[in-house]
This record gives sequence, C-alpha cells and structure tokens, in this order.
Amino acid sequence: MKAPQSASKIIGGIGSFFGRAAIAAPADIESAALRSDRFRLEREGDWRRLEDIVARMERGGLRRINDEDLLALPTLYRTAASSLSVARETSLDLATLRYLESLVQRAWFQVYGPRRGLFGWLREFFMGGWSRAVQAIWLDVCIALFVMAAGTIVGWLLVAQDTEWYYRLVGEGMAGGRVPGAERETLEKTLAVENSADGLSTFAAFLFSNNAGVCILAFALGFAFGIPSLMLLVHNMAVLGAMLWVFSSAGLGFEFGAWLSVHGTTEIFGILLSGAAGMHIGRSMAFPGNVSVLDAASAAGRRSAIVMLGVVIMMIVAAFLEAFPRQLVEEAENRYAIGGAFLVFWLTYFFLYRTDAPDGDLSGEAASARGTP
Amino acid sequence: MSVANTAAASSGRSSPSAGLDDLTSKRERMLITPEGIAVPVIIASRSSRLGALIIDFLLYSVATIVVPLVLLLLAYSFLDDLGSGAGTPGEDGIPGALEFLIILYFLLTFFARYGYFMAMELGPRGATYGKRIVGIRVAARNGGRLTPEAVIARNLLRDIEIFMPIGFLTAAPEGADGYFGLAALVWFAVFMAFPFLNKDALRAGDVIAGTWVVEAPRTKLADALSTQGAAAAGSSTLTGARYQFGEAELSVYGEHELQTLERMLREGNDEALSAVHATICRKIGWDPGAGDERAFLETFYGQLRARLENDMRFGKRKANKHA
Repeated sequence: MKAPQSASKIIGGIGSFFGRAAIAAPADIESAALRSDRFRLEREGDWRRLEDIVARMERGGLRRINDEDLLALPTLYRTAASSLSVARETSLDLATLRYLESLVQRAWFQVYGPRRGLFGWLREFFMGGWSRAVQAIWLDVCIALFVMAAGTIVGWLLVAQDTEWYYRLVGEGMAGGRVPGAERETLEKTLAVENSADGLSTFAAFLFSNNAGVCILAFALGFAFGIPSLMLLVHNMAVLGAMLWVFSSAGLGFEFGAWLSVHGTTEIFGILLSGAAGMHIGRSMAFPGNVSVLDAASAAGRRSAIVMLGVVIMMIVAAFLEAFPRQLVEEAENRYAIGGAFLVFWLTYFFLYRTDAPDGDLSGEAASARGTP
Repeated sequence: MSVANTAAASSGRSSPSAGLDDLTSKRERMLITPEGIAVPVIIASRSSRLGALIIDFLLYSVATIVVPLVLLLLAYSFLDDLGSGAGTPGEDGIPGALEFLIILYFLLTFFARYGYFMAMELGPRGATYGKRIVGIRVAARNGGRLTPEAVIARNLLRDIEIFMPIGFLTAAPEGADGYFGLAALVWFAVFMAFPFLNKDALRAGDVIAGTWVVEAPRTKLADALSTQGAAAAGSSTLTGARYQFGEAELSVYGEHELQTLERMLREGNDEALSAVHATICRKIGWDPGAGDERAFLETFYGQLRARLENDMRFGKRKANKHA
C-alpha cells in the first residue's frame, strides 16, 4: 500500500502547483472523520476545476478555454485518473467513485478527442486523403469496373435479342419516349439542348439529391458481403446498355455517347467508386485475413467512408454538369471534350496524384488499425 | 488502449442494489486508457437509443416538413409583395425566387438527412440532440479517437437501417413490387434487428465504423458524508446521544450494504431510513428507539465505512453480508 500513498503525494504537489486557489477550497479537511474522505477533500478542488474545463470544452470546443487551463488539462486529467485508481483501492464512498468514473470518462473524451477540426480534416481530405483512400481500394474498383462493363454488355445483348427486356429494365416512367423502335426525331429531341438556363438549377439540385442517394445506397448495401452492391451496379448498367442499344440502333450512338459523357464520366465514376467502396466492406468481412471480422469491417468501413464523402462531392459536380453544360452545349464534340476533360481530371487525381499519409490519419490510420489486431 | 470484457475486469467490484444493477453490469465494459486506468463505460441500452432516434427523427421531420412550409409561405408573401417582378418567369413559369426556394429545399432535405447526424456526432459531445437528451454518446470501440471517417461511415448506413425500411414498410404490404417488395422487407428487417443480435447493441453502422454508443453520465460530486451530521460530530445533534458500535456489530455487514445505506442517506427519505434503522437494530440486537434514526444511521455508516476501509488497506475486502 506504499505506492498509492507516494503517488498521491506527488499528485497533491502537482495539484497545488496549478493554482488550486481558483476554485473555492472545500470544507475543512481535518473535520472529516474518515481517511478516504480526507483524501477526497484534498483533491476535490482539482476535480472540480477539471470538470469546469471539460464542461466548457463540451459546450464550445477549444475556443472557450484559455491557455492556462489548456496547459493544465492533461495534468488535471491524470490527477483525476490516478485519484480514481487510488479511490478504488481505499474508498467505499460510492458517490465519489461514480463521480470520478464519470469525470475521467468525460475528460478522456476531451483529451483524446478529435485532434483537429472539421475544416483541417477536410483540407487534408482534398490534399491527399481522398485519393489515398481510392488507391487503397483499387482491387475493388477493378472488380466494380468489370461488373459494370459486364452489366452494360448484358443490357445491350438482352435488348438486342428481345426488345421486351427493355421495358423490364428501364420501366415506363424513366423511358419517356426513349423506347425501342422510336422515331429518330423523338430520340434526337431527348438529346437536344434547352433554350435557356431557367429551371435547370432546380433540376441540378434534384439530380444531386437523387444520385447521391443512389450512391449511398450502393455503398450501404455492400454490408451484406458486397453482393447487393454488385446487383445494383449490374442493374444500373444494364439500363444504360439497353438505352445505348436503342440509340445506336437508330444511328444515334455517337450523339448519345456525347450526351452521356458530359456528366456521365463524373457520375458513372462516382457510382463505380461507391459500388467499390461497398464491396470493399463486404470483401473485408468475407475475407478478414488475420484480424477479427469486426476489426476488418471497421477498418474497411472507415476507408470506404472517405471514398463515399468524395462520391457525394462528385455527385454535386455531376449534377451541375448534367443540368447546365449538358443542356446548353449543343455539339457532340464539345460534349465529349467536357466529359473527357473531367475523366482525365478524376483519373489523374485518383491514381497519379500520390501523397504520403500523415501519421495516424485518414486511410493511414485505417491501415494501421488493420495491422494491429 | 484496449477494452477488456467486464466479466474479468470488474469482478473485484461489488455492484450495489442487486436487481437493477445486474442488468447494468451486463452492459458494463472496461476501457483501458493510455495511462492504464480502467474507466468503466456502460453500453447505452437499446431503449434509450430508440428514444434518442425518435427525438432526432422528430427534429428531422420538423426540419424537412415545417421549415419548407414556412419557406413556401414566405415565398407567397414575397410574390404578393412584389408581384411578378420577384423574378422573371422562366420557360415553364417558375419565378426565380421560387426556384431558389426549391433548390434550398432539396439541399436542406439532403443535409438534414446526412449532415445533421455527422456534424453533431463530430462535435465535442459526440452526440446528436436526441442522444444528448437521453444522455448517451458515440465512442470509438477500440478506445481510440472518434475519427471523422468513422462518424461518416456509421451515418451512411443509417439509410438502409431506417430511411429505406420505412419506405418499404409503407410500400410492401400493398404488393406494388410483388415478391421483391416482401423480400426487401425481410432484408431490411434483418438490419433493423441487428442491435438485438449482439451483446454490445451494435447496429450495422457501428460494426462498419468501429464505434459503439455508450452512456455519458454527467454526475455531480455529492457532499462527503463523514464531514456532516453525526458522523462528523461524533454524537447526535438532536439528542446528544453518542453511538458506539463494537466489533461484533460492525462485522455483520459488507460493502454492498454500506453503499446501499449511503444511497439511502443521500436520498434522505425518512420512512425508508426508519425502516433501515429498525432492520439494522434487529440484526445487531439493539433495541430500536425512535426519533433519532438519522443520527444513528450516520454514525453507523461512518463507523462501518471506517472499519471496512481499514480492512481494505490490509487487502481484506468483504463484498456483502454473506462474505
């Protein structure tokens, strides 16, 4: 029992060093009949000061804390933590024990809280975290790409064999005149430009929330070993393949490609990434390797979450492209140029732009979490 | 940093008030901080999480139904004031101001759906308003930091756990999608039941993100019992009676009874105190008097605690009266 006593002496010394006078001294310590209550009364000031700092941090982050308190925080936290372990061995005062447990827990959440603000995190995200996360799931991106290509071909072949399939795949509402055997003029009209920009921004906002929702769904469904994600990808791309067949059979394949590429290079890339992210989770759970399924799932989930935040941003870009340039730019060549430029940009950003992970951060942290069981 | 299962880590601690705390101690986990301190965390109960969700869902509904309605009313008054001059009517007759509101509506619903939970859980409290009200928060399961990507991951899965099933629950019974709808219903039911299928009450999003939801108690420090009343004065302030308990009388009870007595003294319910007083007197063979119960119990508490804590320092613990 020597250790706790000498420890408490040191703690008491530290406590008096960091201005305990700031908090009103508790009732006279000598009046306490019990040794454990004297222990408590001696340290109560530090505890209350810590509680005060923690409460202010919980309310408004670090802005409300002055430098002196901030410097004292780690020391006060350790004081409270060791008070708790001493009290566990020497005190039977349940109220004090419960208070210390709650205080240490709250302080722990603040001391080991987020290392930087959302803004700093977002900066890191754009400057490399995002592309690193995409690079980390490259295998899943390849699989998703293969599945999507297969889906497109399947859609094409099905409709080529039997046009009834078109109605099954696309559905009446979405087709909107774009049906097999439709007049070339009707089809051409669906690819035409609007005369003015009115109403297009509404359209963009609608497209964004709709498409981003689909992407999040593709990701979320990956939870069941990735199979539903794959099914969603196949279905979506089969629709695309079917439409491709309709337009190309009317001799409009080139124009349809141009119309699609303006936003499609961004949007389909986004869908590709979200499917890959979903599958990444599913694959990690099916084949966790040396770590437990839960650890593998959470490491993969955090890595995929970064990709998904990026996908939402891509969907915003895609919605703007879909609503404005696609509806306003007429020539197929210009449309291809816009779409191509974006494709080159995304590919460069994701696969050529390489940065080192700052220690213990973003995908780097996820990777290290995976490495240590 | 690691988490030990409670069974091993907390076996040294006696848990007070058996009935209710049996349930609580089942949810207790030990979190080992980098300093090597075991901090107990209690997994939030499923009912409190449901309560938090309902509160959040109400807030979400208000934000996506009431706010747009207000915006619409504003739009009408705006148009009335300025006539058609508020914006040049477009091809399809939507004035510019109204179009702006519609865009605002789409963005609002999207960010209410995804942004609210993320922004709140990334804050210093680690909890949405609903979670704050019921006193729970999100924490990293491995004892590390709660990172932004973990919060994003756990909230993206909310879609298939809540928002999608609600859509299917309303659509499936009508058979609009046939067997597909029913299959989807079963599929989503699995996700909704997920928290009931594991001991840590993890939902699918928690599994993916490596998080769990724990209770975040904000306990106030209660007064020290031995500095007040008869425990400090040594004699009853009411009657001046001086109680002195001998070795045999104090060896009847253990820590569990001591902490139960502590709770009752703090609650200060007179009826309960006199019942306890009678019980203790019967147990130790004293003649239960009346009128000075509190002083008796305070002294008994003080002396019992002094004895048990003294034994503790010599490594001798008595968990309860049966030990």
